[in-house]
Amino acid sequence: MTPVTGTASGTAATAPSAEGGAAPERRPGTRGLAAAERRRERRSRWYRRDVRWSPYAFVAPFFLFFAAFGLFPLLYTGWASLHRVELTAPTDMEWVGLRNFARLLEDEFFWNALKNTFTIGVVSTVPQLLIALGIAHLLNYKLRGSMFFRVAALTPYATSVAAATLVFVLMFGRDYGMVNWALGLAGVEPVDWQNGEWTSQIAVSTIVVWRWTGYNALIYLAAMQAVPNDLYESAALDGASRWQQFVHVTIPSLRPTILFTCVVSTIGATQLFGEPLLFNGGGGATGGADHQFQTLGLYLYEQGWVNLHLGRASAIAWTMFLILLLIGAVNWLIVRRLRKST
Amino acid sequence: MRRTVILAVVAALGAGLLAGCAEDGETTGRSADGGGGGKGRTTLTVGVFGAFGFKEAGLYDEYMKLNEHIEIKQTSIERNENYYPQLLTHLGTGSGLADIQAVEVNNIAEITATQADKLVDLGGTEGVSKDAFLPWKWAQATSGDGKTVGLGTDIGPQGICYRKDLFAEAGLPTDREAVGRLWAGDWGKYLAAGRQFKAKASKGTAFVDSASGIMAAVTGGSAKRFYDENGEVVYKTSPAVKEAWDIAAAFATEGLTGRLQQFTPAWDQGYANGTFATVSCPAWMLGYIQDKSGAAGKGKWDVAPAPKPSNWGGSFLTVPKAGRNTTEAAKLAAWLTAPEQQAKLFEKRGSFPSARAAYSLPAVSGATHEYFGGAPIGEIFSRAAEGIPVTILGPKDLVIAQNLADIGMLQVDQKGRSSEEGWKAAVKAIDNALDQ
Repeated sequence: MTPVTGTASGTAATAPSAEGGAAPERRPGTRGLAAAERRRERRSRWYRRDVRWSPYAFVAPFFLFFAAFGLFPLLYTGWASLHRVELTAPTDMEWVGLRNFARLLEDEFFWNALKNTFTIGVVSTVPQLLIALGIAHLLNYKLRGSMFFRVAALTPYATSVAAATLVFVLMFGRDYGMVNWALGLAGVEPVDWQNGEWTSQIAVSTIVVWRWTGYNALIYLAAMQAVPNDLYESAALDGASRWQQFVHVTIPSLRPTILFTCVVSTIGATQLFGEPLLFNGGGGATGGADHQFQTLGLYLYEQGWVNLHLGRASAIAWTMFLILLLIGAVNWLIVRRLRKST
Repeated sequence: MRRTVILAVVAALGAGLLAGCAEDGETTGRSADGGGGGKGRTTLTVGVFGAFGFKEAGLYDEYMKLNEHIEIKQTSIERNENYYPQLLTHLGTGSGLADIQAVEVNNIAEITATQADKLVDLGGTEGVSKDAFLPWKWAQATSGDGKTVGLGTDIGPQGICYRKDLFAEAGLPTDREAVGRLWAGDWGKYLAAGRQFKAKASKGTAFVDSASGIMAAVTGGSAKRFYDENGEVVYKTSPAVKEAWDIAAAFATEGLTGRLQQFTPAWDQGYANGTFATVSCPAWMLGYIQDKSGAAGKGKWDVAPAPKPSNWGGSFLTVPKAGRNTTEAAKLAAWLTAPEQQAKLFEKRGSFPSARAAYSLPAVSGATHEYFGGAPIGEIFSRAAEGIPVTILGPKDLVIAQNLADIGMLQVDQKGRSSEEGWKAAVKAIDNALDQ
């Protein structure tokens, strides 16, 4: 950059005449020629700068916002997690080092929440992705009104968590719930969904499955439509049945997509919050009488916004973040292994 | 050419935005800072949780008519558990605050103890008279050094709401005087009435909705429950808490409750289907019962005095110093909590006055409730209010009460755990919650 500016300042004395000869139609004399060259020089300099810096200007807004609303809160939360801070006096911080993290190791409510997050995560993610795969496969057939079915698959995703969960609370009610009514028709005794450990976790998982299955199905569908038809044709020529085609052609082609949905669902499951909170309808963030469906997100909320201990809540938040990083690393290893094997 | 078009569009947008801001600034304007002599109107914002009823009872409109330079806007957050942390955050940063902020009674001790320097001392505001309020209500929002940071709105003196039809089926009296005599003076008699009820009651009905509700009612009538005079947490050894716990646990273990959790959809369904015969009801709950039981419950509900006077709920109005118009806001808060307005609020919305001076006003003393068989609610609740002891409040009352109810007693009531197991679980949860 510097030499260029050097030349520019060196020719500053002749600049006025150059300005005067600005019209490009003018027949170039020797002076005109020099001016045109300078002009070209200036343009190309501008162009080079443009090419070099514009992309940064274009991406800057995201990173500025990210720094302000993503990075700063993240770092500040980390800072707060090393202090004793109460919401009643958020600026009054007392340094405690890693104490907030150390106490999590012996905090049975934390381990309980971690365990619940894991079990609810498995019970919701596994069936969800399997069902999504099946639905996507069916939607991939030529069928009448396929657009309708695709939109229908996405509607639960478009429903607000609050509204959906309220309906599910009523459905899973002990005394007047529809699920117990249906079970009653089959001769099964009414189940206290809210109070059982497994029953409450299954109920919460049902809400998650209901909301996210269609969303994942559409992602799978998009990936399936990119699978070359020749593969199916040659498989069919080899005498492969529909099911064999699904297992040996569709699934392998979808491998990266399946991995992607696994990761996204795992992150979602780790952060699960709204469904268990609202499933307790009116009971607050305890996750049931026995904390039987209190997830990490809910425990974080209870510590921060019910008990007002911002330091402890921050430590839980960072622990969750580290868990997610760990999941990310495991995923990366799996992807690498898969790439090598193919 | 294209560039000029773009520039023009950008300029127009910018101007629009600026105009938008300017317009906004005008309506919330500070023009009336100088006393409101000009044409500019002062907008006062009031932040509340749930349905406070000021607006519904027409109090804002009345005040705006009396003070033409004032415009009142209310923002409401449905649940206090969402409202309160937000209020603390806003007080901490000194921004985003309404001119008047409501505070629930369970939070008032914490607010008075930790936020007093961020709130206006309302004790000396023109039109505020300490003597008009119940002494304990006034004391709750007054700090050790004599600053009154909150003016009492309503309180929650309790009665027992009961279903006459279910009482008749079980062979209990239905007349409210006789029902009151059934358990007068002793929560143990209430338990005895429950046993009597259970012996004859029709299938599918319980004596009371939940064990937690009883525990709240009993602790609400004691002077010392979760904290002692020195501000130490003593709920583990407090006799009042022990008594409340034991009585409530007896209801649960003897199967006298409907095993419901209050303020959940299942509880509402219980009201609608008439599955429980009694519920301890503060004055503010009458409207709730009427809503949930609906037309089908009309003529079936009545209200009798509770075994002992006790309080459940009630709120305060505070004025944050960071607000735009603290003087005008204090005036409004004083007016809204004056006896006449509290009486109006009771008449229209059923929120019982914390201003003792209101009890003699005809709107309160002569009040009856049609839905509850024309019960003389003004008289019943006034008597209860006068008998409520001065309860020592502490900063973490809400956390303690909530864990006792939603963890401990709920385990006994709904999961069939023993009283000791439930108590242990509650203590563990409370210890974890109180530990900073």
